[in-house]
Amino acid sequence: MNILDLIFIVIFILITVLLAVPLAKYMSRVFSGEKTFMTPILLPIERFIYRLIGADENKEMNWKQYAYALVIFNIIAIIFVFILQLIQGYLPLNPEGFPGVRWDTALNTAISFVTNTNWQSYAGETTMSYLTQMLGLAVQNFLSAAVGIATLLVLIRGFTRKNTNKLGNFWVDITRTILYILLPLSIILALILASQGVVQTFDPYVTAQTLEGANQTIPLGPAASQISIKMLGSNGGGFFNVNSAHPFENPTPVSNVFETLAILLIPISLVFTFGYMIKNFKQGLAIFAIMTTLFAVGMGIAFWSESQPNPILEKIGVSGDNLEGKEVRFGVGPSVLWGVSTTTVSNGGVNSMHDSLMPLTGLVYMFNICTGEVIYGGLGVGLIGMLFYVILTMFIAGLMIGRTPEFLGKKLGPQEMVLAIIPIILPHVAILSMAALAIASPDGLSGLNNPSSHGLSEIIYAFLSFVGNNGSAFAGLSVNTVFYNLFGGLGMLIGRFATIIPAIALAGLLAQKGKVPTSSASFPTTGPLFVILVVAVVILIGALTFFPVFTLGPILDHLFLQGGIITG
Amino acid sequence: MGEIKNSIIIFAVFTILLGLIYPLVITGISQLAFPTQANGNLIKENGVVIGSQLIGQDFSSPQYFHSRPSAIDYNSSTSSGSNLGPDSKKLIDNVTQNLEAVKTENNLPGNARVPADLVEMSASGLEGYIYVDSAMIQVSRIAHARNISESEVKKVINDNQELPLLGNPIVNVLKLNLALNKLKT
Repeated sequence: MNILDLIFIVIFILITVLLAVPLAKYMSRVFSGEKTFMTPILLPIERFIYRLIGADENKEMNWKQYAYALVIFNIIAIIFVFILQLIQGYLPLNPEGFPGVRWDTALNTAISFVTNTNWQSYAGETTMSYLTQMLGLAVQNFLSAAVGIATLLVLIRGFTRKNTNKLGNFWVDITRTILYILLPLSIILALILASQGVVQTFDPYVTAQTLEGANQTIPLGPAASQISIKMLGSNGGGFFNVNSAHPFENPTPVSNVFETLAILLIPISLVFTFGYMIKNFKQGLAIFAIMTTLFAVGMGIAFWSESQPNPILEKIGVSGDNLEGKEVRFGVGPSVLWGVSTTTVSNGGVNSMHDSLMPLTGLVYMFNICTGEVIYGGLGVGLIGMLFYVILTMFIAGLMIGRTPEFLGKKLGPQEMVLAIIPIILPHVAILSMAALAIASPDGLSGLNNPSSHGLSEIIYAFLSFVGNNGSAFAGLSVNTVFYNLFGGLGMLIGRFATIIPAIALAGLLAQKGKVPTSSASFPTTGPLFVILVVAVVILIGALTFFPVFTLGPILDHLFLQGGIITG
Repeated sequence: MGEIKNSIIIFAVFTILLGLIYPLVITGISQLAFPTQANGNLIKENGVVIGSQLIGQDFSSPQYFHSRPSAIDYNSSTSSGSNLGPDSKKLIDNVTQNLEAVKTENNLPGNARVPADLVEMSASGLEGYIYVDSAMIQVSRIAHARNISESEVKKVINDNQELPLLGNPIVNVLKLNLALNKLKT
């Protein structure tokens, strides 16, 4: 174990938090429609967009109208991205002459990018034209991120407003999120990445004559502009097949630091933004403490596990870290930091191959996803998921002290509880039943790359990733089949909308209520007791649901490895 | 009906802004400010592209430094790791084979320990770097094949060392081999 790696990780997190706080302040001003230093430049564009659709930015929607607009917007996006892939062969900016994408792959990809999952059953550099990447996939990286944030804004308004059914305007929320937050940050990051060697060109692929005389095809494309939003928007869909392990997607240790920072920056900021917007910064801090506790525990276990040499390989004469599926320009520490970040934040980008990790590292990554990715979490939806856990915790605490549960001055009745429990339970049911179906069917098993318990991990990880809208994979599993494309597509839709729709409905219920003043009998929600309780609830729900299958997957795998038992 | 129309208009506006204008602007700035990097860090000799500084190449001749094993044999029209689990028989067989090859090529004793990067596959299948230790193992073979002194080969390694932010120093195999070719024989 390298102590320098550990110091690096701690300093990295500190710097990320220091950057997140001012960004959070800025975002809370943007979301509230207040003036910022960007307003003079962007207001004309914002107004222009509202004028096009004749929207009045002050005209707000109730929860049904908001949910309706959001769903319609997503359906149109899915149709567009689906068709664009089918007809890419007839369209320009396709220097390699790729034909239309197969229907099931195209459907899976369309759902995947619109739901912010960015699961990829295709290899970018051999499947997608430049036009499809930029006009289809890159755009969805922005839009799906904005939709997640918009949903969070609705839920925040549900808590802060009283006796109203108005929850904001969907068009205004996504327009502001894109123009003031996602686009400026993406431009900055894209240029940093291009300076490091991430390609950004429309030239066709180049054929090189290698030193030993072979022909080597070097893929190119407008990658930097897409990868920046891929990292910032908790998306994770790579331009190239191996994602940010590819030398053109993440060329240097410096680009790796910036990409890792971009994974965590906005998700952490949103927690503080929440604090600013409910005018209770301490509440934001308490939730940040919950998330950071869970992050640190996972980080610690994963880093320890991955710092061990592979005992079987060590015995036959290999020295050093487990470098199978890792790039030496990053090394173990930065690879694990990335892995823990990408699975907590629902990003799904990878810079090492998760299939070849030590089993307990894989276990931590899977646990991060199975919490519902509430540890910082995907843009908007991560914090929403955490708020569902908070509501559940307040209910449990309410039972213990014999009072009606409340949070942020809102009484939580049976209806609110139902809406908070659906998004916690439904994805778990979907993951386990779909994975069980895959294991029981020849179509599901035929894709395995590894036998035995590691094979089980491949399948479980896939469905965790679909339903958790993560997008990373134990990539040995061959998933570009009708079976996995369709089941995966269904899983991604369930995972996404089982969070978003209940969140908006819950906001509708909460906004109609009055506020109860906090009294000395209210359960304090900013102290250490609250933090410990929520952490316990998150771990218990994840552990109880998935412990049996984790025992047969990564834990058994770990025992095989330590016992020197070779599988297959 | 109203929201469907609004959806389509907003979707179109953002698709044009984020899907055309934004990547075009980034391309324009990148091509002006970082033309080498944005075009793939290509290396040309006598007008012919011989590779990218960032993309690894397969080397089997004894007079060159060898790269890490690759799941795709450095065929960069695609990219992939082995995706084999740590206790998989295929992985153990691959590594055992690579170990034997490294030891035989470099005349190492049978009980020698070999750095992991030389026998385990990278994530991308295209990694251009190895650790300095892994380059040092190959020095005597290269010196012998090229009929030059070991210190000359070591100097090439030392001149091309790069420090990642953390951990052991690394070297770019293609750069090393280009530097070897430039040595006077």
